[in-house]
Amino acid sequence: MSAPSPPVKSASLVPGLIALTAATAYLILLLAVEKQTVVLTVIAGGIVAVLLAAWLRLLAPVSQSFAAHEDGLGVFAILAAVVLGLYFHEDHFVLLLVITVMLTTVATLGLNIQFGYAGVVNFAGASFFGIGAYTSAMLNAHTAIPHLIVLVIGGALAALIGSLLLLPVLRTRGHYAAVVTIAFALLFKTFLEVNDVLGGPQGLQVRGMKILGWSFNDNIELGWITLSFYMNYFVVALLLLVIAFILVRRLERSWIGLNLDAIRLDEVAARCFGLDIARWQITAFLLGNFLIGIAGALFGMVGSFVAPNNYTFADSLILVSILLLGGIGNPWGLIVATIIVIVVPEKLQTIQEYRFLLYAALVIAVLRFRPQGLLPRPVRRYFSGSPR
Amino acid sequence: MTAGLLAQYVMNGLMLGMMYALVAVGFTLFFGVLDVIKFSHGDVLTVGAFTALATYVALHTAGAGSRWLELIAMLVAAILAMAFLGVLIARYLVLPLRSAPPLNTLLITLMLGTVLRESIRLFYPQGANPKPFPALLPKGSIDLGGFNLRADNVLMLAAGAAAIIGLQALLNRTKLGLAIRAVAQDEETARTMGIDFTAVVLVTFAIGSALAAFAGVMNGLYYNEINFGIGLYLGVIGFSAAIIGGLGSVYGAILGGFLFAGLQVLGTVLPFASAYKDVFAFAVVIALMAWRPTGLIQEKISERV
Repeated sequence: MSAPSPPVKSASLVPGLIALTAATAYLILLLAVEKQTVVLTVIAGGIVAVLLAAWLRLLAPVSQSFAAHEDGLGVFAILAAVVLGLYFHEDHFVLLLVITVMLTTVATLGLNIQFGYAGVVNFAGASFFGIGAYTSAMLNAHTAIPHLIVLVIGGALAALIGSLLLLPVLRTRGHYAAVVTIAFALLFKTFLEVNDVLGGPQGLQVRGMKILGWSFNDNIELGWITLSFYMNYFVVALLLLVIAFILVRRLERSWIGLNLDAIRLDEVAARCFGLDIARWQITAFLLGNFLIGIAGALFGMVGSFVAPNNYTFADSLILVSILLLGGIGNPWGLIVATIIVIVVPEKLQTIQEYRFLLYAALVIAVLRFRPQGLLPRPVRRYFSGSPR
Repeated sequence: MTAGLLAQYVMNGLMLGMMYALVAVGFTLFFGVLDVIKFSHGDVLTVGAFTALATYVALHTAGAGSRWLELIAMLVAAILAMAFLGVLIARYLVLPLRSAPPLNTLLITLMLGTVLRESIRLFYPQGANPKPFPALLPKGSIDLGGFNLRADNVLMLAAGAAAIIGLQALLNRTKLGLAIRAVAQDEETARTMGIDFTAVVLVTFAIGSALAAFAGVMNGLYYNEINFGIGLYLGVIGFSAAIIGGLGSVYGAILGGFLFAGLQVLGTVLPFASAYKDVFAFAVVIALMAWRPTGLIQEKISERV
């Protein structure tokens, strides 16, 4: 007579750790190589490796391990990002690219709250990102407000200006709501182009970040090591990403997340259960725009330049396509999708010209053949190790 | 303001409004039969205009003589090609996604629009630059006390009006129109009555896309220039016009088109800088949506709880 086996074996941490380590090593390799043929080989190798892993059924244990040990793996992911940053501590271009990825992820996390949880459409993501960036341009040039507070003001202004859209967004549904945000995206870009105070089509310079007299735009000298000045921004962007990620994750797991899901899935039923639809849609819309605005404000300082052409409707579409590519509602998927959408075209200089075409084709393919995205949102779990 | 100047503004508004209405009618037709937004509509317009231009270039180098012959060939080529493209889009991108959330259809067609737009930019010879469009209509004009009534504008307005009246006649007086209206009214019942649903949808997409091609040629003739971005702009305006009018209503689309054109012209006349005319027009669109969430002319089924 044998002892009964435990009903559910708790998933092991190991597959997740291996996957994260492999992904980090791969990312470092991809960012380090320069020759176009090598870059192509590395990218092709990555695709083959993922397909092979899927074929060998190695991906399921990884996702189980992520589901069971999310906190631990999250800490490890931060560690991996730090290793990545330290590896490229002298390389301005790579660090800028990594910071772009992190801040775009923060912005798409904001969109994720709107689209993914509350079901409020927003086709003006890049406009709210732009509001943040222009805020830091104006405030850094004309006031002495501490720059960390400028970030918060950037987010607040994005939420505030977004609140002008609240009435039409709340009253309209589906396609009608889409047109409101699309109209806003076009209005915003035209406004920037004709407004001379905001620099018109030429845009504005943005002063770099300074915290307590520490200027972020100077290289860091630590004895015999020189760190790129982007390392400063890298740290702030990573902190922002971690905070936004935890916030979104907590939000999803809380009763607020449950409410948001309920109103997205069935408004009538949610209303029957006494949920105040408008209240939660407002919360999601403002909170999402706040996150996008903060990311934009920091990105304005990182890039040290803002111009209307960076905040067009096409850019908003790229943000939305990242969201869909990653799998709406899954923050981990967003990171993967952002890396694909931002890093691959930058590394493959030969396809730079074709990148909008390729994005669009990629999104069409995903929507047509894998509508749930690359990493679909898993079922909500409250207890680690609980069965699906 | 003199009467002549006022007449000029009215004429501009009518020309713009006619183009917007032609685009908006397409959106309304697609929404009517399938309850979807096909957002690549504007870029179909661009492809139509470029097809017409390519036809012209081909005919001109071949040495075809008459201007009218060239014009008719351009129109026919653009309309047939776009009708076919519309059918392809409906068959392979829109119909397969019927059961998916509406957001997916909106996005897939937005992305298809990007593919079309970028393809023109990258693959049409010198596609990134604006292209001169031949002025093929008669150039004569009559002076009406400070206002030049141009023959080409009158011809375009008449042709646009004819297209819209023709569409109305098609929808209201033919069997095909009856089938389209039946499908738009109630798909299930239409099927039970023996209407081939897929065929009706495909034909509707062909008609809508042909109207877009027509608007594209008209836009080229009006400005004597086309570029790869016109479709995105006209598409968004057409979409907004269809929405302000109320999706699913042909009259609403026409009303919305002329209303939007009126707002833009008003924006140029108003005392504050005319540079803000588009800001003004889109701000009014947002305000109108807040006031009438389902458009000025209510959608045919407004209660669907």
